[in-house]
Order: sequence, then C-alpha cells, then structure tokens
Amino acid sequence: MHGYVVKKLTSVLSYSKVTNQYKIFPLGDAAITLDMGNSINEALNQKALAMQLWLLNHPFEGMKDCLIAYSSLTVQYNPVIVKKHYNLSTTVFAWVSDYLKRAFEKSVQTGHKEKEVIRIPVCYEGNYAPDLAAMAQQKQLTEQEVVNIHTDTIYNVYMIGFLPGFSYMGEVNERIAVPRKQHPTQVLAGSVGIAGSQTGIYPLNSPGGWQIIGRTPLRLFDPFVPEPVKLQAGDKVQFYAISKQEFEEYHS
Amino acid sequence: MSLTIIKPGLLDTLQDLGRTGYSRLGINPGGVMDRYAAQVANMLVGNETREAVMEIHFPGAQILFEQNTLISITGGDFQATINDEPVPLWHAIVVRKNAVLHFPKLHHGGRCYLAVHGGFCVNKWLNSYSTHLKAGAGGFHGRKLEKGDELPFKESSIYFAGLLKPGKEVEVLKWSVDTGSTYQHPNEIFIIKGNEWDQLTELSQQHMLEDNFTIHPFSDRMGYQLKGADLKREQNTELVSSGVSFGTIQLLPNGQLIVLMADHQTTGGYPRIGHVISAHLPKLAQLRPSDCIHFKITDIATAENLLIAQQQELNILQRACTERLNHTVC
Repeated sequence: MHGYVVKKLTSVLSYSKVTNQYKIFPLGDAAITLDMGNSINEALNQKALAMQLWLLNHPFEGMKDCLIAYSSLTVQYNPVIVKKHYNLSTTVFAWVSDYLKRAFEKSVQTGHKEKEVIRIPVCYEGNYAPDLAAMAQQKQLTEQEVVNIHTDTIYNVYMIGFLPGFSYMGEVNERIAVPRKQHPTQVLAGSVGIAGSQTGIYPLNSPGGWQIIGRTPLRLFDPFVPEPVKLQAGDKVQFYAISKQEFEEYHS
Repeated sequence: MSLTIIKPGLLDTLQDLGRTGYSRLGINPGGVMDRYAAQVANMLVGNETREAVMEIHFPGAQILFEQNTLISITGGDFQATINDEPVPLWHAIVVRKNAVLHFPKLHHGGRCYLAVHGGFCVNKWLNSYSTHLKAGAGGFHGRKLEKGDELPFKESSIYFAGLLKPGKEVEVLKWSVDTGSTYQHPNEIFIIKGNEWDQLTELSQQHMLEDNFTIHPFSDRMGYQLKGADLKREQNTELVSSGVSFGTIQLLPNGQLIVLMADHQTTGGYPRIGHVISAHLPKLAQLRPSDCIHFKITDIATAENLLIAQQQELNILQRACTERLNHTVC
C-alpha cells in the first residue's frame, strides 16, 4: 500500500528541542523523505544533519545519495539492489522506512559544540548591489543600515540546493526581509541575496529571483578543486563589508 | 580510436548513469534521460552499462569515425544513416574508418544514444562521466559537443573489423534487442501519489487522472512542463524546500505541472503531487513537446516490482549480448 508513517516518539530525546513527530513518505520508488515539519528551525535542521551523518557512517547496501533540507532528510537508493541484498519479502520502501527510523533514534546532534564562524567579505556598493537601493527604500532604511543589519547576524547554513553549492542561510533580521522578485533576472556568481527571511550566495551565474544586495569575491564553487563546494549545511557564516577597491584587489 | 563531430547537433553530450553521492552539495545526479536505452546501447557493443554514451537530441550531430569501430544506436528514432545507408536501432553495427553517421529525420522519440565499443575515454568528474552543463564539468570538457571535437575511445579488446565485407562501409550484426514492455503504451505514465497529493481539491485529483496533459515546448533535460487543466489545492500553504527526485511531479503556482527530469535541482519548494515510477521514466524520456501524457496511479509495491522486472530483463539482455558478441568475433 502506498503510505507514510507518522511516528510519535514516547521516549524523551536527548535533544529536547526536536519535535517528537516526523513523517516518512516515498519520493518516488527510489527515494524516501523523513520530514520533521514544514518549518525553518535550527534544532530540526541539526537533527537532520545528525541523521545524515549517521547514514553516511552507516550506509545500507544500495543507498546512493543523501541530502538534508531545512527540516527533512532525503535518501536516494536503488530498490533493485536493496531488495536483492537484504532478500526482502516486504516492499523496499517499508524496509528503508525502518532504516530511517533507526537513523532518527540512533543519531545524536553535536550541534552544541562551538563552531568556527566562516567570515565572508561582501562588497555592498554600486554594480555589486543592484537591488540594495530599492530595497532600502522599501524598508525605510538607509543603505548603510541594511548593510549593518545584514553583517550583524551570524547565519546558519541550513541547506545546499538549487545550484551546486548554493547555500540557504538564515534567518535575516525581519527589518531587511524582502520577498523574492516576481520575475527572475540573470544573477552573477558571488551575488549575495535575500529572499524572505533567507540569505544566500549564488555560486554560479544563473537566473535567480533573490534581491541582490552585494557580491563576494570568494569563489564558493570550483569544480576542479578537491572540495568543489566551500559551504556546507551546518556551517556558521558572518558577512563583512569590503569596498569596491578591496573587491577588485581581492584576487590580485 | 576516436570519432570527430563534423557538424554539431542541438544538444549532444556525454552521459552515464549519473553522479551519485553529491546531492548534499547541490550537485544533482544528472546522467542519461533514458537509462534503459543507454544501458542497452552499451550492452550491444560489449561494454559495462556504466560506460559513457553520447546522448543525442534532434537535430543530431554528424559524426565521422576515424577508425573501424563497433557502435550501437538506441532510443529515439532519428532515421540514422551511415554514408547515407539507413541503419537500424537496437543493433550492434560495425562501421569502417571514415564512415559518417548522420541523423536526417525525426521519426519519433526524444533522444537517442550512441555507444562505441570500449566506451568514450574522457576524465570522470566526481566519479561520473556525465556532463554537468551548469557546473561546466564532466563529460567532454563540461559542455555540449561542438564542431571539430575529437572524442577518443578506450582500448578495444576484441577484433571486429574482419566482419566488414570488402567494399562495404557498414555491417549490421544479425541479432537485435527486443525492448519488451519498456516502451509499450508510450503515453500511459504510472505515478505514485506525492506527499501533497491529498492537498489537491477533489476536482483537481479527478483532472489529474482523467485528463490528458501535453508536454510544453519549454521542456528540457531539467524538466517537462505540462499543459492541462488548472489544478488547485484546498489551501495554498507555503512549503519550505526539501528534496526532490527524477520523476517528481510538482504543482507550479500557476496551476500547471512540471515533471522533474535528469538535470533537476536537488531541492524544491513546490507541492509534490506525484512521482513517475522509475520503470516508466525511459518511455517518458522518449516523449517530445506536444506529445500527450495520461497519468495512472499505482502503488509503491507495483512500482518496485516493475523496476525489478525491468532490471531482470536488462540482466538477461546483458548476458545474451555478451554471448552473441563473443560468438561472432572469435
């Protein structure tokens, strides 16, 4: 039967802030998602990260890939291999569901450990910040105030998605939270944007709908180095402002 | 051993079965759109199924073989010719040095696959031959094939040039592959319900299962946009982004559907109405803009069983191809 599992945990979790409820559902016949609630919440995100780590350390035969989003974990698998290797009489989905429940129960967050803050230079001036002026006006702030507010917060990298290395960070102070654009425009690599309460960096030139308030000279995606993606889910990031001249001199 | 692109096609790239293990970095699996046809193409020429193949869209490239080569073409039918002589799909074909492969006419199908004996000799990026166009990496220099590109093959282990008759440029080997049920009922696509299926209004659920949907011209390797009845949810609650996969059917804010295909993003925030079952992705990959789709709901057990049956069929084909090839060339 097509279905999903809603499980209420009776035991007290070691990490008290995590919801006691999750839902497991098929994402097709070769992928599965464990969803802890439709919300942007650091505790849930930490739990997803812990589960991902547990799965990477305890992969099952036929597991192909694993990713986390804000409050969920998705695993891709090859059902043919899983069925054969574990000689299953049930559906592969039912078996992988049980495996994810184990991952939920066994995984432990290490999130309380102090994490080093990655500092990212951003030029918030001129051509590098095409949407800053309009946004400041809309929020009844000066451009400098927007920059101060944006650089003031230490952001959590909740997830990587959309493009190779595109980081979804949050949450921005509501004083500078703005909705994404109605129509996507061409955005240059390194652009720093805001969409709702999220902030992020475009690692590649791409069409995009986020409001662009600055650009970093850092290369956050480089396919030809051993670690092509610089930021990962769980990282802590703080931006700092640099001048146009510093931006241009960055690579020289 | 190599081939040269003498005239580029619309979008011809090297692909394999995809790049797995990097989705948490936002790097999607990519790979061939039609996994069945691509695997059979490799089998026919005696390769492992994980070798790179050339995925060809219509209008396809013109290709010059620089040496005697064993090739196969599978998937969509673009009326392939070699030195103007029609050659069939789903066969192993020996071609003579300097022969030219050409795809003059779109008969049916979305893309076809060219495999060469030994496989294409290019560097892997993140453990895969697949071309990642956005990253500009993988496949042949991370891009589609252009005029003058010379694609080398790996060393050949079998001798097949002796199969060419004197004065002939092509020899089509006698056996071919029966694709069985894989492409039967091409417009009937089985899906399992997505997590947000229940949020559709009853009327929209009816439309989803009773109406036909047409593939929109703005459809590509990332996704097929569909045109059909306006679908509505009971409530338009916003979703935070989460994982999606090849075959996920999302409901866009304008009430239309999109089916995510091989080059889909790793995550998405639109409601997941359903998921095309893996066994039906090959036939979906062979549909084209303006073709119709009719969705039928099935359950996860059926979906898994159909995929397992398809894989068993591929395993039998693999053994049969190896046997025939060994028998023919020794």
